[in-house]
Amino acid sequence: MSDHTEAAVEHVGGTTQSFIYVWIALLAMTGIEVLLAYEQVPTLIMLTALLGLSIVKAALIIAYFMHLKFEKLSLFLTLFPMLVLCIILMLIFMPDSMRALHMRVQ
Amino acid sequence: MSESEAVAMESVWQGGGSPYAVGSKKFGMWLFIISDALTFSALLMTYTYCRLSTPNWPTPFHFSPSIIFSSVMTFCLLSSSLTMVMAVHSMNHGNRKATVAWILATIGGGLAFVGLHLTEWLNLINNEHVTPFSNEWGVPLFGGTFFALTGLHMTHVIIGVIYLGIIAFAVGRGKFKYEDVEVSGLYWHFVDLVWMFIFPLVYLMSAKI
Repeated sequence: MSDHTEAAVEHVGGTTQSFIYVWIALLAMTGIEVLLAYEQVPTLIMLTALLGLSIVKAALIIAYFMHLKFEKLSLFLTLFPMLVLCIILMLIFMPDSMRALHMRVQ
Repeated sequence: MSESEAVAMESVWQGGGSPYAVGSKKFGMWLFIISDALTFSALLMTYTYCRLSTPNWPTPFHFSPSIIFSSVMTFCLLSSSLTMVMAVHSMNHGNRKATVAWILATIGGGLAFVGLHLTEWLNLINNEHVTPFSNEWGVPLFGGTFFALTGLHMTHVIIGVIYLGIIAFAVGRGKFKYEDVEVSGLYWHFVDLVWMFIFPLVYLMSAKI
């Protein structure tokens, strides 16, 4: 069992400045999302833009706040390709939602 | 031990100590986060499926109070993530007093989020007459999917507040190590991350213009 003291163990990570920059970027993107909601754009474009911004925000949180940028690449490769693949597999149901809409009894 | 055996033992994929160079608690939390992310993904997919297949999906979220409230809630969660990062940073430098202060600030952000969310729920229930099983627009699926999704997320926030309370109490008493604070931080950031998808997909996409 290791008996390192707390101060002796140095963990590599971001700086306070980088965390504040990420926080400002996240707030700015949230502001853009709210503005976008009140623009008269087609639903599909709006959905794509909102989802795109959300994915960028999620990536920033995972990389900096959750520290994954500073972990070994093997951890990322073990966890995330599987998650992304499973989410893509769930999308297989989506065309059916449109089919149900068009086959509905009018 | 022969030289080749010694090399094998050191190799991360052949019995080496820590292939990911993280502790078991942290790796366990990552596995939980991935499985929980799949749960939320399924719920978000369900919400989107119901929305796409329903022509008269309601847009009950007025700018005031719903969008203002949910925007402030987003601010609370994002800011609490920053304070949580600072708590982990302080613990890394062995400053337990600052760690407790930052965790308490994070708890404050979480409680503000829950308070605002409950107010928003009550506004929806009392003024728009939305319940999990019925509403005025004849689209009961709206209430069902909305309350399931936001309710599960709020449950996560409440559990996170309790979890952080325990961590702050123990850290203040000189117990727990850096990894324990970092693992609780991972959970909190995940709760924040999930909201980054719920806020635009549920609130902004159904804003009343």
